[in-house]
Amino acid sequence: MKTFRADLHIHTCLSPCADILMSPLNIAAAAKRKDLDLLGICDHNSAENAAAVAEAAGRLGILALPGLEVTSREEVHVLALFDGIEAALSLQERVYAHLPGENDEEAFGFQVLTGADDEILATTGRFLAGATELSLEDVVRTVHSLQGLAVASHVDREGFGIIGQLGFIPDNLPLDALEVSRRLTIEEGRSVFGPGRPIITGSDAHTLEEVGLAATSFRLEAGTVSEIGLALRGLGERRVLG
Amino acid sequence: MDLKDLAEKLALTVFQPMGNFDVAVTDGYTGDLLSDVMGNAKEHNIWVTCQTHENIVAVARLKNLAAIILVNGRKPDDTALAKARDERVIILGTPESAFAITGALAGLFRRK
Repeated sequence: MKTFRADLHIHTCLSPCADILMSPLNIAAAAKRKDLDLLGICDHNSAENAAAVAEAAGRLGILALPGLEVTSREEVHVLALFDGIEAALSLQERVYAHLPGENDEEAFGFQVLTGADDEILATTGRFLAGATELSLEDVVRTVHSLQGLAVASHVDREGFGIIGQLGFIPDNLPLDALEVSRRLTIEEGRSVFGPGRPIITGSDAHTLEEVGLAATSFRLEAGTVSEIGLALRGLGERRVLG
Repeated sequence: MDLKDLAEKLALTVFQPMGNFDVAVTDGYTGDLLSDVMGNAKEHNIWVTCQTHENIVAVARLKNLAAIILVNGRKPDDTALAKARDERVIILGTPESAFAITGALAGLFRRK
């Protein structure tokens, strides 16, 4: 069993609101400087840069899990993390089929698709900053059907946080964890949001300086989503350490 | 003004009629952040929102709101509808925008 220092909420230059310098090589180098072992690459409503970051990070011995930060119909942000890029792309396909609008680069920013060596491949015109037409329940159900983890993003933030948008967390919503923003420690998160649901933290990095500003340490057999799932439930000696 | 009069005057669609249409509506509140509505809406207010998630029913019930008006032709989620029936929370609708229906409501209340 090993300890993994994980920042599971990192954006790339594909997210319109993220810095253009959030490229695969730069993210990998920043993660190395911050002693991170495990990353979650979660762009808004897209996983198209996740494989490139995984490749760049892998060269430095860092694992990067593919994911998305989906915006539900209620404008709640949900992190979806997967063990394989195929599952992430399956969710992306469903998201894209329910994501109306086109990006306005002047208003929202550039959405840059890159390769693992920071080569710029294209920009996408999809409205990644927008909300999908998928309900929160639909998003969580779809993530689980693809064996992924569904985590409510930055629950302590009013904008796009589940409690700000919906007043409280629906009892019957099978979220795997709640993420608190870097304004709170995990301990503070546990005391505010109760013992009922596992709490993690992530940086929500949109710039290189923010990578690793918040991280969660896990005790795992391997750096995978299925192992993290066990840790969140405290099973088989896997643990969220803090 | 009671809810029945108000719903007629504004030609609102009735999605979920189980509840009290005789309640005297005190004022209106408009918002899509449910945390804000929980903090600021008052008893027997009518609530204008585009949110259709089942949590709207719990918020309306908690704050003892007169009814919910969904805007832009939106319909309540199935789970919201079922819950509203159980909880006797009236859900209404309009093809109008939140701005337009709020303006119309404000006109009714301010004229009185």
